[in-house]
Amino acid sequence: MAGRFIEVENLGKVYETAAPGTPPALQSVSLAIEQGEFVAVMGPSGSGKSTFMNIIGLLDTPTSGAYRLNGRDVAGLTTDELAHVRNRVFGFVFQGFNLLKRITAGENVALPMIYSGVSGGERRRRADGLLARVGLAPYGGAMPNRLSGGQQQRVAIARALANQPQLILADEPTGNLDTQTSVEIMDLFTQLNRETGVTILLVTHENDIAQYANRLIRFKDGHVVHDGAVVHEEALP
Amino acid sequence: MNLLAVVREAARSLGANKLRTALTMLGMVIGVAAVVLMLAVGSGAQNQVNRAVSSMGSNLLVILSGSTSTGTLRMGSGNAPTLTTGDAEAIARLPNVQAVAPTFPGGAQVAYGINNWGTQVLGVTPEYTAVRDWPVESGDAFSETDIRSSTRVALLGATVVEKLFDTEDPVGKTIRIRGQPFQVLGVLKKKGQSLDGRDQDDSVLVPITTAQSKLFGNRFPGTVRFMFVQAVSQEATSAAENDITLLLRQRHRIQPDADDDFTVRNLTQVAEAASQTARILSLMLGAIGSISLVVGGIGIMNIMLVSVTERTREIGIRMAIGARQRDVLLQFLLEALMICIVGGLVGIAIGVGGAFAVGRAMQIEVAFSAWVMAVAFAVSAATGIFFGFWPARRAASLKPVEALRYE
Repeated sequence: MAGRFIEVENLGKVYETAAPGTPPALQSVSLAIEQGEFVAVMGPSGSGKSTFMNIIGLLDTPTSGAYRLNGRDVAGLTTDELAHVRNRVFGFVFQGFNLLKRITAGENVALPMIYSGVSGGERRRRADGLLARVGLAPYGGAMPNRLSGGQQQRVAIARALANQPQLILADEPTGNLDTQTSVEIMDLFTQLNRETGVTILLVTHENDIAQYANRLIRFKDGHVVHDGAVVHEEALP
Repeated sequence: MNLLAVVREAARSLGANKLRTALTMLGMVIGVAAVVLMLAVGSGAQNQVNRAVSSMGSNLLVILSGSTSTGTLRMGSGNAPTLTTGDAEAIARLPNVQAVAPTFPGGAQVAYGINNWGTQVLGVTPEYTAVRDWPVESGDAFSETDIRSSTRVALLGATVVEKLFDTEDPVGKTIRIRGQPFQVLGVLKKKGQSLDGRDQDDSVLVPITTAQSKLFGNRFPGTVRFMFVQAVSQEATSAAENDITLLLRQRHRIQPDADDDFTVRNLTQVAEAASQTARILSLMLGAIGSISLVVGGIGIMNIMLVSVTERTREIGIRMAIGARQRDVLLQFLLEALMICIVGGLVGIAIGVGGAFAVGRAMQIEVAFSAWVMAVAFAVSAATGIFFGFWPARRAASLKPVEALRYE
């Protein structure tokens, strides 16, 4: 048995640059996430939710505790192996989209495939397919700044899907979007989770957005204060 | 990620931000062009000085005849008829002396066909062209027979040829000097300006005996105005100077307490001063080149540092989606390399073109050296590549989350 998909134990993070006396960004966090889950991470600013996501996404390292991915402790991975995991296993969606501004939407989507060694023609073909998947088929040649916020976030989602990841990490993906567009983006995440079984870890501070998930983890002052199923509003009396 | 994909990615990245690429390249272009241009102009000037120095001839002494006094009126050196061809022959036998070239100069109008020109006519012996390092380019030099029989033959300087002859070959033609027919034996190689700026090519050489007896009527037969003496080596010039002074005092029967009736001047001192100037010039050139290189290098460094540092976030994005450190480094290295190679070549082209333009506009000589271009290119490229690579390395060694946070 390979172990669980994601398992963290006593995870802690103290920023070296933090002022003395401030509580750790993350303290003794222990939890597990299974394949196919749609998890919302909530909490006020400074609660540690983004730190948690960055550590899970291998963009940052914990100062204490263990993080096992598919049963393997990531502390033992080299930087190249970490890059490989980010490339093949994860897909990132950021609040600010983080597209490269000077290249087209299609080239942005194809970027992760350059690093996974997919040939040029195959990259373009797959990028077109992914753009169609997020509803942007005619926009492959457009520069990111010619697209609306919602369209840019769709491009970012298509990029996250480029190497068929097991986990999509979305950090406030609707933070810069209006309500209508937010709904469209969240519908897209829900659809992806249902149809492809990709695990989604979603950081948000909006209740409405968290409603789309199946499971809610709530952070406060670096601790997990709630971890359970999402109580859907429409189910409330 | 294969190498070809990285090369393409680097090229695409350069093409995607043309302004940034152009500005970065500009730093490189200016750095290299400045060095190439400055040194081309400088070494051109150095060449000019060097040529003027060597055009004097080497290890030379000049002996001038003494001055005449009429009552209280004292004429300058070279006026008294105290030096003779006999003196020249005696000096030629001294051990430290290589050759002697007695000279009898005068001004004269020369004419060929409808053209005429006033120039300096020098009566000389066959040694003259060797001593002055002034070879005959076409035709023949004088022979001893020409001296012995005072033949009317002439060697023409390049300027005189230009003034008298349009397209004809002067060799074998007959010109008139002070109305007397002279056959042109040969044409002298172009010599350029002397150190004091006279046009040395504006001269006609004739046999000294012809000048003395036929051209410039001379009350004192056998006298010469001055002579060039070439010592056997540069070290021997002082010894030769002493020997000549002693010999001439003896020959002229000058009492021990009386003044010399001649003057010996050591031209090697002039030559040394001039080559000292050339040395200082080349030192200055080196300094100018180094400063241009440093200034250019700082420009390249700054623009590379800024343009790569502001891409820290891009590096963060690339790492977040799976770029390995070496993928990022290779891309930035290649980008810096392409910028430096193209910028360096453009810089060399602009430096060379600019030097030609400056040379033409200011009527000065410019000289290029492949060595200078290679050093300017290599130092600038090394600077550019290092400062294009180093901030990228710093960014790529950050945790992705830190690079992503960079604004």
